Amino acid sequence: MVQLPTWAALGPSLVLGLTALVLFVVDSIDPDSENVGLLAGIAGLGTFTAAGTSVWYLISGTGLPTEQGGRGVVDLFAGQLIVDQMALFVGFIVASVAFLVVLASYDYLEGLAYQAEFYSLVMLAATGMTLLGASNSLATAFISLELASLPSFALVAFLKHNKGSVEAGLKYFLVGALSSGIMAYGISLVYAATGSLQFGAVAEALGDAPASVLGVGIMMLIGGVAYKTSSVPFHYWAPEAYEGAPAPISAFLSSASKAAAFVLGFRVFVTAFPIGTVAGTIDWVLVFQVLAVATMTLGNFAAATQERVKRMLAYSSIGHAGYVLIGLAALTSGADHSSVLGAGMAHLLVYGFMNTGAFLFIALAEYWDVGRTFEDYNGLGSEAPLACAAMTVFLFSLAGLPIGGGFWSKFYLLMATVNSGTWILGAALIVNSALSLFYYSRVVKAMWIEDPVDGGFDIDHYPVGLYTAIVSAAVITFGLLFGFGGVSAVAESAAGLLV
Amino acid sequence: MWIAALLAVTFLGACVTFLAPDRYAGKVATAISAVPAVGSLYMYWVYLTQYETTGNALLGGDAAFAQTVEWFEIAGFSVQYSVGLDGVSMPLLTLTAVLTTLALISSWTPIDDRQSQFYGLMLLMETSLIGVFAALDFLLWFVFWEGVLIPMYFLIGVWGGPRRKYAAIKFFVYTNVASLIMFVGFFALLFGLGDSISSLGLAEITAALTGGELSALAGIEPATLKVLAFVAMFFGFAVKVPVFPLHTWLPDAHVEAPTPVSVMLAGVLLKMGTYALLRFNFTMLGDVARGELVAWMPYAIAAIGVLSVIYGAMLALAQRDLKRIVAYSSISSMGYVILGLVAFTPHGMGGATFQMISHGLISGLMFMAVGVIYNTTHTRMVGDMSGLADRMPWTVGIFVSAAFGYMGLPLMSGFAAEYLVFVGSFGAPTLGTAAPLFTAAAMFGIVIVAGYLLWAMQRSIFGPFRLETDYDVGPAPLHDVAPLAVLLLLVIALGVAPDLSYRMIQHAVNPILEVGGGV
Repeated sequence: MVQLPTWAALGPSLVLGLTALVLFVVDSIDPDSENVGLLAGIAGLGTFTAAGTSVWYLISGTGLPTEQGGRGVVDLFAGQLIVDQMALFVGFIVASVAFLVVLASYDYLEGLAYQAEFYSLVMLAATGMTLLGASNSLATAFISLELASLPSFALVAFLKHNKGSVEAGLKYFLVGALSSGIMAYGISLVYAATGSLQFGAVAEALGDAPASVLGVGIMMLIGGVAYKTSSVPFHYWAPEAYEGAPAPISAFLSSASKAAAFVLGFRVFVTAFPIGTVAGTIDWVLVFQVLAVATMTLGNFAAATQERVKRMLAYSSIGHAGYVLIGLAALTSGADHSSVLGAGMAHLLVYGFMNTGAFLFIALAEYWDVGRTFEDYNGLGSEAPLACAAMTVFLFSLAGLPIGGGFWSKFYLLMATVNSGTWILGAALIVNSALSLFYYSRVVKAMWIEDPVDGGFDIDHYPVGLYTAIVSAAVITFGLLFGFGGVSAVAESAAGLLV
Repeated sequence: MWIAALLAVTFLGACVTFLAPDRYAGKVATAISAVPAVGSLYMYWVYLTQYETTGNALLGGDAAFAQTVEWFEIAGFSVQYSVGLDGVSMPLLTLTAVLTTLALISSWTPIDDRQSQFYGLMLLMETSLIGVFAALDFLLWFVFWEGVLIPMYFLIGVWGGPRRKYAAIKFFVYTNVASLIMFVGFFALLFGLGDSISSLGLAEITAALTGGELSALAGIEPATLKVLAFVAMFFGFAVKVPVFPLHTWLPDAHVEAPTPVSVMLAGVLLKMGTYALLRFNFTMLGDVARGELVAWMPYAIAAIGVLSVIYGAMLALAQRDLKRIVAYSSISSMGYVILGLVAFTPHGMGGATFQMISHGLISGLMFMAVGVIYNTTHTRMVGDMSGLADRMPWTVGIFVSAAFGYMGLPLMSGFAAEYLVFVGSFGAPTLGTAAPLFTAAAMFGIVIVAGYLLWAMQRSIFGPFRLETDYDVGPAPLHDVAPLAVLLLLVIALGVAPDLSYRMIQHAVNPILEVGGGV
């Protein structure tokens, strides 16, 4: 049997990065090529391989300590990057979301220029996101974050003749630059206080660190993570960016990028600033509790008042960020930490599929020029029953009804809150879930129950790529109702390595 | 494997039906649903001959057709695919399977739009309903319980009457919020039990609860916690039943729903509520229901039951629409079930369970008959028609028989059910000296039932023929009348020989009466 070199553990990131380069090469050989199939094919193959590699590593035990029957956690470049099950888990989420997005973009981008650039930017952003999950030092975390962000700014503004898209890109860029600055400053303060950037070393040096400098540094890091995960109060950019961006990119950002940022948050706060040590300086668990309740409540209330479907989904994705924050907010001393973190990660995975699917359905509607408001979706069910059935699965699963994995992942989060004694979080989760059903079902009602406004739709083309992506996401979302056991087991064991 | 097979056939059948062309969807779905119908009848017979004395599945009984497969573990609790049947769930499961097939046949005439979706959703609903009655693990049960809502929402919302959107949303919101409140109540109990349970199996939870394993939670004493959870769960299930004053979604849903959906709604969906009450509130938390923790609890429950009987009947009396009359009368009939359950006597509880089945058959029959009349006359208003008996004798004959069943005429299942409930509640130890009073008040309901049914029949069916619409009225097609006949036969069969169900019910219900409390 061939022993792979240790750097091969970065397989998912490497494959994604290489795919971006291959796309550049193909594009530079024949820049005017109209061969969309080739570009999408390369990107699809790359993301599929990356997702497959993650699953293969996860199954074969890479990133799991040898005493637990694995092949060991891989420590690369003097501890700058680390490949454990968590890194592979986020690698899988990012790569599979990217795969769906690429599949859907094949139709969505029809007739647009710069397609090769589009795909390579997606690949580069995905590379950054997977590296974000593997970062074990504040330096690599920052670089990965920028690698994920910069292509995203361009992607949001990709529809350059569309005012909304350009404006969204600009807003996203400005807020992003500001928050990068804040985060960089926070990192420098942490470095000043502890003399180290590597998570493990930071944790060791905490004892002698001056509390004030360290406290401000940690607060700024929280701000950086909150921005990237679109948590209150750093969420303002999200609805604008998601609404203005091409819908597949909204899907990509709201699912994959968020997942990567959350996993970074999990790793930074659990390994570098163990709550037991820093509680005297700054009780970040409490901070995240406030953030979680505020984020889920504000996101849901704002979503309930929207008139446009894409914007509603954008706000609801803020609400879901609040749910995932439970993964950090419930890390109280009495809790079973691996189960709490695992619940957050499991929700990220399920969310990755159902939310991507929902945004891709919006992409389909945009492709058909259906319109943006709830009313515009009236009667769509009789025109495109398959896609609408899939959308119904996504929305009800997002609401937490037992029609998809969303039911279990929310239930798991609920267990986590109860298990840690943070009743208020659990109550907020339940109330918000009940509220969310109201606005999600508005879309369902429009699609199936209402009659089309003025005479119906003018739909004569059913794009294969988009359909395939939507239906696969729906099948996976539904399948996770039965297969959630596997996800939660992996998530919990991955989380167990951190705590 | 039997139950898994039923679930698989209905679920895969639903998928097939979704893909079938509209023209054949009705026949395809009916043929598919015949498999679980026949299968469940066979299981029923096997149960009668082999398992009858197995007792209550939650109280140490040995559930028939049981199957348990480890599903996964979540935060230390193991979730299982665990199903099985006892004397309470067996007849309800058979009722579901048989009624679905008949409802599907009765859909052939009225449903002419998006058929494959309609029939697919009906089968999907059957899957969930079978799951609700068969599941023995809380989470599995909850998945099915909520799973019923989704097809129902579409069935009312897409194929319903003029106010269908309002009715569908109201149904969805009411029952979903109720489910969440119930869920919170149940989870308070689970966490109060803490480490004394390792899985969410209903039997294990019941054993822990009745064994006094409940401990304080978040500063709330076990006894208070039990009462609070009981109230939350009672509220959640009572909306589904529905009882007065939580019933307002029901008339809307019934009137707007297409006939076959009303049949399922009245025939089976309402029983989910009473079934859950029996399983959760009256079995797991029997001490609260009996008033051992709070003395007024059984009186309050009995009062809710009696009020539902009287109030539902009065509302029915005030209706002019045949379907509305039948819809409100369901509230009334479900009130008997509540009264029977809270009596905590063998006849009371057994009668209540028997009433679930009997009402499932009779109300299904009534709705179907009204549906057939509507398909022919295109009106449901009592004032618009008269003398239908001359033109459609078979339909009307069955309708009249069903109405007599509803009024509790002997040799029909309704009589047996109500009689048992009254015998049981008359001497109910939980209600003390007030028991005869409650019973007498509930019995008065029968008088009102007879009143409005006789009034409606007199006006619409007998007398000279007159119809205030432009439709030609003649005998209904055979496939419309046949399901009615089958249901009527079942009603008479259970009325003549209640033991076909009552014996197995008693074996399952009696253990509940022997359970002590425990805090």
